[in-house]
Amino acid sequence: MSTLDTTLETHSDEHHGPARGLGRWLFTTNHKDIGSMYLWFSLLMFLVGGSMALMIRAELFQPGLQLVEPGFFNQMTTLHGLIMVFGAVMPAFVGLANWMVPMMIGAPDMALPRMNNWSFWILPFAFAMLLSTLFMTGGAPNFGWTFYAPLSTTYAPPSVTYFIFAIHMMGISSIMGAINIIATILNMRTPGMTMMKLPLFCWTWLITAFLLIAVMPVLAGVVTMMLMDIHFGTSFFDAGGGGDPVLFQHLFWFFGHPEVYIMILPAFGIISQIIPAFARKRLFGYASMVYATASIAILSFLVWAHHMFTVGIPLAGELFFMYATMLIAVPTGVKVFNWVATMFRGSMTFETPMLFALAFVVLFTIGGFSGLMLAIAPVDFQYHDTYFVVAHFHYVLVPGAVFSIMAGVYYWLPKWTGHMLNERMGRLHFWLSFIGVNITFFPMHFIGLAGMPRRIPDYALQFADFNMIASVGAFLFGLSQLIFVWNVIACVRGGRKAEARAWEGAEGLEWEVPSPAPYHTFAEPPKLPESVR
Amino acid sequence: MGLRIIKTIGSGVGLALLAPASLHAEWGFNLTPGVTDVSRSVYDLHMTIFWICVAIALAVFGVMFWSIFHHRKSRGAKAHHFHENTLVEVIWTLVPVLILVGMAVPATATLIKMYDFSEAELDVQITGYQWKWRYDYLDHELSFFSNLSTPREQITNVAEKQENYLLEVDRHLVLPVDTKIRFLLTANDVIHSWWVPALAVKKDAIPGFINEAWTIINEPGIYRGQCAELCGQDHGFMPIVVEAVSRDEFDAWLLTARAEEEAQAQAAERSWTLDELMQQGEQVYLQACAACHLPNGEGVPGAFPALKGSPMVLGDVAAHIDIVLNGKAGTAMQAFRDQLGSVQLAAVITYERNAWGNSLGEAVSPAQIARLLQSADGEGEQ
Repeated sequence: MSTLDTTLETHSDEHHGPARGLGRWLFTTNHKDIGSMYLWFSLLMFLVGGSMALMIRAELFQPGLQLVEPGFFNQMTTLHGLIMVFGAVMPAFVGLANWMVPMMIGAPDMALPRMNNWSFWILPFAFAMLLSTLFMTGGAPNFGWTFYAPLSTTYAPPSVTYFIFAIHMMGISSIMGAINIIATILNMRTPGMTMMKLPLFCWTWLITAFLLIAVMPVLAGVVTMMLMDIHFGTSFFDAGGGGDPVLFQHLFWFFGHPEVYIMILPAFGIISQIIPAFARKRLFGYASMVYATASIAILSFLVWAHHMFTVGIPLAGELFFMYATMLIAVPTGVKVFNWVATMFRGSMTFETPMLFALAFVVLFTIGGFSGLMLAIAPVDFQYHDTYFVVAHFHYVLVPGAVFSIMAGVYYWLPKWTGHMLNERMGRLHFWLSFIGVNITFFPMHFIGLAGMPRRIPDYALQFADFNMIASVGAFLFGLSQLIFVWNVIACVRGGRKAEARAWEGAEGLEWEVPSPAPYHTFAEPPKLPESVR
Repeated sequence: MGLRIIKTIGSGVGLALLAPASLHAEWGFNLTPGVTDVSRSVYDLHMTIFWICVAIALAVFGVMFWSIFHHRKSRGAKAHHFHENTLVEVIWTLVPVLILVGMAVPATATLIKMYDFSEAELDVQITGYQWKWRYDYLDHELSFFSNLSTPREQITNVAEKQENYLLEVDRHLVLPVDTKIRFLLTANDVIHSWWVPALAVKKDAIPGFINEAWTIINEPGIYRGQCAELCGQDHGFMPIVVEAVSRDEFDAWLLTARAEEEAQAQAAERSWTLDELMQQGEQVYLQACAACHLPNGEGVPGAFPALKGSPMVLGDVAAHIDIVLNGKAGTAMQAFRDQLGSVQLAAVITYERNAWGNSLGEAVSPAQIARLLQSADGEGEQ
């Protein structure tokens, strides 16, 4: 009798650790395990998508066709875009949310742990299906990641059906992840943590999750309409049957523009955690940050046709979408001003996470400026579908979203592994990436303005110099990511022991638990620390 | 090799520093000011907004780097404790709004000007095909295709690349200067986008719909552009060349172009030998068919069928003629009846039936094709 009592007691007092073997990863419902799997998966996809980008840049190193055929070049641009958007950036943010949201709000786990497992395990199958199209007759999807009809319907290779199902699976995964994050943040905050005390990373993810739930079904709808057009004789996007190819673009960009913010709002959140930590000063304008994020999210539903200024929408439509798009500069500007004001009169140090965060602020803002230029409809007629656009969105996505993910990984890595990272390697990685990214993407502004269209495997001679420079930069950037991989693995395996508060100025509940964070944290809701109250 | 790369980077950086000096070059580092009033105001708008962005960037990054330098812990900076200031936050919300209004006013004026399609003196229909353009001078009964004329040897690096590599075509779109020209854009297959930077005209050509754009060219000259919307495999290989000439030269050009078209139609009536047809057929094949079916007729498995040894090509001649003339619905195979003349059609069909080891030894005569085209047109009109 007494032995039974003891076992019961120990069982309820001390949590069991992770299961052993492969089963731990297959059946886990632990937010930390699932977060890690998301992050490793996203790293793998980042390397796969990056290799495709290097293949593109290698072909564009010189004018003429050297390495790949134009058809294969188009498959590379398509898969590079899809993999980076759906396979690298989005899962990385979900992984960070899985790890950090429960620890930031004092919850023991995500609200819906089994769904959490499922939403991750769909992804490897979705991407296996997408990548398998490379080996099919007719090749992989070759119509760009925006897959405009009728190029993606009537004129598509047979593998388009696999592409459609892969998109469906990614969408289901994203929606489940979003539901989980909303349920967790709304219901599982520790007592006393009101919404206006929520860490900004949680706020930005909460708003992102609502965007995901709103637009992923639209994406599912549009690929289903494609499926119908291809296999079941409908003509949603075929003028010959009473449809309209432009309808496709309206639907796609109604998803696509909020999608852009899905990839940047969590980045805003991460940067808003990191800059105060290394400036040793509270974030300036917390409330206005929250309102700015919400305004960006709402405006993101009203600007989709700025991707379509050249399709021939009426003057009134052009004006509306131009004004609405310009308006987004206001809340975005507020965010940048707040970050700068946080640094102002702080006490700054420049460890690796901070370096990435500072580079984010500068380079994302450059991407924002070119975005403002693109918003001006009459000038967009010149910019549209050129390398100027390629430069713009790579500035917001690579030194924007990707740098923020790296900043976040470097910032929280001590909490995950219990080891400080190798700072020297971190800084080397930062400087090579920073230089590489600018050598790659800055010249693209020039070749775009000079008239080079995007998505072409070969180009006129006047674009040759800048293309060569961009290709050199791309290989520098790509190869320096191996330092990141090495540094992360080294940090998992060992290193200087990290304290609970790994960084001097770091604030928040996640820094109140030991490093590495125990397998189960916050079985009891914690009290808010002084600084957060 | 390494040295060359370093040299290239060096010269690139050097050129970038010189950028302001070459702002006015037609192809350089910046947008072209172009040769129309609209392209000029687009360019001015572009530069205005660019400089506003530069000014804002200098202010914001200036404060940021000043803080990074002065408020470093290593310099003994102590963190202050302020974390909000309503007045400052309201100011930096409202000032950007005013700047944006300042940008929106000239942008709106330019856009309204671009949307004035009225009172055009010349209508040109532009149709995008995979992967070429067709131009119809609607009031002048003249229509032709414009194909990339850069030889394949230059693209595959066998021959040296010439000055206008990938930006040259077999037939220019000839237009008069000082004339309001309206473009009516559509496409035959997928979406294309017709773009000539010097005219600041970029408009999508969408199958089943007609878009409008217009221009008044101020200076005679040759202006080059490209398709701007991904339209499949050879999207990068369908350039545009506009040749702007004086009104008199334009009228003279119209007369000769129409006379040439008639001479071609009459050529169908004389009899052609197999050798003549094979010779012409090879040229037509390389220009119209080889992009998909490849120069050796082997096609791309799963995407474009082989013609070499194909039962379709070696079988019934009527079926072969039918698919070339009328295309195959639901596939990338276009209808070539309106794209090629009857001589060209007869030649290319003959060529396909007798090349790469296909050897039927019989010719399809241009007259036969001409009759087919006429009878089909007749049916259409009834």
